[in-house]
Amino acid sequence: MATSLSEGSEGLLGVAAQRRRTAIWLLALTAGLILTGVVAVGSGAIGIPPLTVARIIGHQLLGVPGDVTWTPPQEAIVWQVRLPRVLLGMLVGAGLAVCGVALQAMVRNVLADPYLLGINSGASSGAAAAILFGAGAGFGQYALSTSAFAGALAASLLVFLIARSGGRLTSLRLLLSGVAVGYALYATTSFLIFASGSAEGARSVMFWLLGSLGLARWNALLLIAAIVLGGTVLYLTIVGRRLDALAIGDETAQTLGVSPARFRMGLLVVVSLSVGVLVSAAGSIGFVGLVVPHLARRLVGAPHVRVVPVAAILGAVLLVWADVLARVLLAPQEIPIGIITSLLGAPFLLILIRRLHASGA
Amino acid sequence: MIEATGVSWRYGTNPVIDGVSVTARPGRVLGLIGPNGSGKTTLLRLLYGALRSGAGQVLVDGDNLGTLAPREAARRLAVVVQETGGETALTVAELVLLGRGPHLSTFQRTGKADHEIAARCLTRVGAAHLATRAFARLSGGERQRVLIARALAQQATHLLLDEPTNHLDIRYQHEILQLVRNLGTCSIVVLHDLNLAARYCDDLVLLGQEGVVTAGTVDEVLEPAVLEPVYGINIQRLDLDGAIHLLFQPIEPGVA
Repeated sequence: MATSLSEGSEGLLGVAAQRRRTAIWLLALTAGLILTGVVAVGSGAIGIPPLTVARIIGHQLLGVPGDVTWTPPQEAIVWQVRLPRVLLGMLVGAGLAVCGVALQAMVRNVLADPYLLGINSGASSGAAAAILFGAGAGFGQYALSTSAFAGALAASLLVFLIARSGGRLTSLRLLLSGVAVGYALYATTSFLIFASGSAEGARSVMFWLLGSLGLARWNALLLIAAIVLGGTVLYLTIVGRRLDALAIGDETAQTLGVSPARFRMGLLVVVSLSVGVLVSAAGSIGFVGLVVPHLARRLVGAPHVRVVPVAAILGAVLLVWADVLARVLLAPQEIPIGIITSLLGAPFLLILIRRLHASGA
Repeated sequence: MIEATGVSWRYGTNPVIDGVSVTARPGRVLGLIGPNGSGKTTLLRLLYGALRSGAGQVLVDGDNLGTLAPREAARRLAVVVQETGGETALTVAELVLLGRGPHLSTFQRTGKADHEIAARCLTRVGAAHLATRAFARLSGGERQRVLIARALAQQATHLLLDEPTNHLDIRYQHEILQLVRNLGTCSIVVLHDLNLAARYCDDLVLLGQEGVVTAGTVDEVLEPAVLEPVYGINIQRLDLDGAIHLLFQPIEPGVA
């Protein structure tokens, strides 16, 4: 039955089976995401049962159930503090994961990731400049995001220019220049924060280096959601076929009707925009963009039209769980979330390096 | 029909291709031959627009290649490049389906017709049994056949191939070129092997260090007197049953 005649060429090519598999994973992951959300909102210094969480959210959103069976503090914790935090975590996880997917396709290296390529640190520098020196003040409430975007874009362009100078763009040069630019910018950011003696307490050096979801607010979520979901996830899914072609090579992309230079530039802008708003809201969180694309490819194969949405949901789930760990491991003290993602991500990176070595690449 | 007039390319200050003109006629196979470093691949890349010549122009069915949108160019020219894409994690079927990209709108996913075309193209190159395998795990010869299947799936009006017989067993060298020949589309093939060129091309362009040495039909170009100075080897030509065969003998040191 698996390759019956009625399925014809689709059965032969395995297209139908792959589509079914992707649909199943998307459904399962979406269910997991909802479950994760409810459990994560309930966990923390004050535990709230999942059912109560679901009731409070239902009551706030839809007015169902109508009767209040919970305490006002519970409602405040769920609605004002934890839900925005969990939603921010989902957006950050999804955004960083798909940015990693895009970068891995465009530089054709499985180790590419906004953090390793220095794009996060560019965004941090931009955001810090906005806070300390009022850069981008003309953009009003969006000054921070705009400045972080400008920093991210400048850093990624710088990395690409350095890697390209004096010859062909190779993955090794790209990663090395990314690491160099990244360290330089982090050092600059940290130095500026210390030197200014600024009383900007909430966004400390620690925030920019290791990230935190603690500053999540409802009013900032809309912009982030629009850029991450509407802009990045949707865009990258739509251009999935072009990403496939670009991931094979510039020559191949060109012969399949994709202009590689222009497409790569467009991707850099989209990635920088996403990383810019995410870093300005949650600091710099590493390893998500590196790890999640690999997991997604394991689940549904390589075509980007499938990898992008799966990576987005997977990234969202993983980052929220990382944040739950950050909140409960040493409760009531909160660990910066970057420590958790690094602890989980670094062994993964080692496995990846081992496998690269084994395959002789 | 592809008509290139006066195209040039230089790496640094060193001109590789200087004011070259070639014409590929409809329904015929044009071979680009010449020794290493004569610019065969560079010329081919100029012909499909990966390199843009400052001077001269390339016309594809009368339209300037430089002004065609990338997708439209991809519907007219299918190219098998030497870039292998060996690290991709795509399956064979997924890779071949990429050839349908230029025919699909941005929001359209591949449909039944596309899958049938891809399956047919894989069958044509004898690779249907590989469809669900990972491309990266294939042998060099299998990869080459799959890449040709992708080019066929593009259903372009012209087919350009850069040394398509590299890495292929002798049997597949002939099968692939036979296939190209039987397509009946205007094709341009870069070839190292002059005997393959003799058998499967209609027209040849012979490139030397100074550009085009000669162009014409296979019979005209594959003359020992023309080839010997370009390749630096003694050549004997046999015409057996209407087919040209070339035999090679190194020039004795000191004799030449």
